Amino acid sequence: MTDALKELGAYIELKRPDCVVAWDVTHGELNVDVALSNIVGFVEFLRTDATCNFSSLVDITAVDYPARAKRFDVVYHFLSMYRNHRVRLRTAVREDDMVPSLSSVHPSANWFEREVFDMFGILFSGHPDLRRLLTDYGFRGHPLRKDFPTTGYTEVRYDEARKRVVYEPVSLVQEYRQFDFMSPWEGAEYILPGDEKKEEAK
Amino acid sequence: MDGSKDFTDAQTGEQKIRNFNINFGPQHPAAHGVLRLVLELDGEIVERCDPHVGLLHRGTEKLMESRTYLQNLPYFDRLDYVAPMNQEHAWCLAIEKLCKVEVPRRAQLIRVLYSEIGRVLNHLLNVTTQALDVGALTPPLWGFEEREKLMVFYERACGARLHAAYFRPGGVHQDLPEALLDDIEEWAHQFPDTLADIDGLLTENRIFKQRNVDIGVVSEDDILKYGFSGVMVRGSGMAWDLRRAQPYECYDEFDFQIPVGKNGDCYDRYLVRMEEMRQSVSIIRQAISKLRETPGDVLARGKITPPKRAEMKTSMESLIHHFKLYTEGFHVPAGEVYAAVEAPKGEFGVYLVADGTNKPYRSKIRAPGFLHLQAMDHIARGHQLADVAAIIGTMDVVFGEIDR
Repeated sequence: MTDALKELGAYIELKRPDCVVAWDVTHGELNVDVALSNIVGFVEFLRTDATCNFSSLVDITAVDYPARAKRFDVVYHFLSMYRNHRVRLRTAVREDDMVPSLSSVHPSANWFEREVFDMFGILFSGHPDLRRLLTDYGFRGHPLRKDFPTTGYTEVRYDEARKRVVYEPVSLVQEYRQFDFMSPWEGAEYILPGDEKKEEAK
Repeated sequence: MDGSKDFTDAQTGEQKIRNFNINFGPQHPAAHGVLRLVLELDGEIVERCDPHVGLLHRGTEKLMESRTYLQNLPYFDRLDYVAPMNQEHAWCLAIEKLCKVEVPRRAQLIRVLYSEIGRVLNHLLNVTTQALDVGALTPPLWGFEEREKLMVFYERACGARLHAAYFRPGGVHQDLPEALLDDIEEWAHQFPDTLADIDGLLTENRIFKQRNVDIGVVSEDDILKYGFSGVMVRGSGMAWDLRRAQPYECYDEFDFQIPVGKNGDCYDRYLVRMEEMRQSVSIIRQAISKLRETPGDVLARGKITPPKRAEMKTSMESLIHHFKLYTEGFHVPAGEVYAAVEAPKGEFGVYLVADGTNKPYRSKIRAPGFLHLQAMDHIARGHQLADVAAIIGTMDVVFGEIDR
């Protein structure tokens, strides 16, 4: 399985050296890092080429790495039902980059891209209908970004007096519990409560 | 006055016909959950269909980022709540792939057994409620009686009827008692008769056929363009099943057929589901006979699984391990994997990005229903309003997994 994937990876790199930045096979899966600019052509190649034949789009998602200059990784998964193999494409994207939409090649990209836009705020150029998908009508912010709090900013309740649902800022009776399980013996990089006095004494 | 700007006497309201927009749902029994469809109708013909999803969005993926791997497992029961254990399976497979853990054989067999029970649970609900959508009342009553029995099997294995949390990374939570295996086997012998009864009610039923044959036809081209999986693919004649194509667990040892349809319409999808239930019952029987011959542990003892109860009473290390496992949780080596299972609805996958800590850095849940519902506009266009309910029914959408 791994050998076949390595062969496939080498073949893809040979055919489209302009698109492939790097590729590897880990955990029995083929990963290809691609350049953002000509991703549509590359996906079209993957779909039509007889050796690849990645006929269906399985998933589009993103991963947020706030510390990086190119903040997001947009990740595509493809499957070939005819050749029975999978591939994962990764491309790094800046916060203000426009990602070319795949909806002209794979119509199923439509909702996936809407979801990524909704959750991460990544814009897709050439998308037919880039609305929010999962969040509330009139929602603000992009929840899956790492700097978005898990509790969100607003909460809703039914107001008996006004006879409608009202939106209010979140008020927590208790701080949201983010336990830190990192052991101080295994390289925790923070000052333990009480230790800051020792630092001051120095 | 219909609001048009240049109203003239020559064009009376009668002559000007506008398309009619209706809201289907969010509270509609045939929507199978909280689906809002904005339908543009020309008479009774659907011109455009815009599904609004997200009414059951609970932010599962965000919540998972702040919980340990084990704490995240129960969220998977709440995705597709019709067949909970199949979802847990994908999560366990993803973790096991990253940690390189080999699951003991007995646990693999139990997983296969309960995945197939999940498949029957799902198909029973789907087939019978779809029949309800097109006007038959009896099938759900009969089907839910069987579902009830299956949920009792769930309960006897793990204590919960729906939210099982039974599949754990490294195996399954507890071993099955011998009496439970006997009862499941007895059920597997009696169930084909019940299935034959439902089959007798529906398969040659005139009304049922009128409502389903040639409705919502899916071609091979549609499958590829819209990324379908599961029964939506097999109903159109492509024998694609992950259990066969990319076997996980020990599915390659089992003898089962993959039913395929011919026309790709709602009726063929119904037939495929009925046949898949029969195949599942056969797999269940095989799994039980294999389980009887395979004694042994059900968890791969190690870092990611708890120690045996008896050991905890005598060994200090086991006690510490148990405490650390259930507070801090286990650490998963950094890396990214995609693990998919053939859930009853299609390919259910988890894309897991681990950063070496005890919490997932990012986990993306790939639900089959998401893509099926997306194609609603394409499939329902040109059909009658009444067919919309039939199509949603055979697409097998559950909003727990679509909205996440």
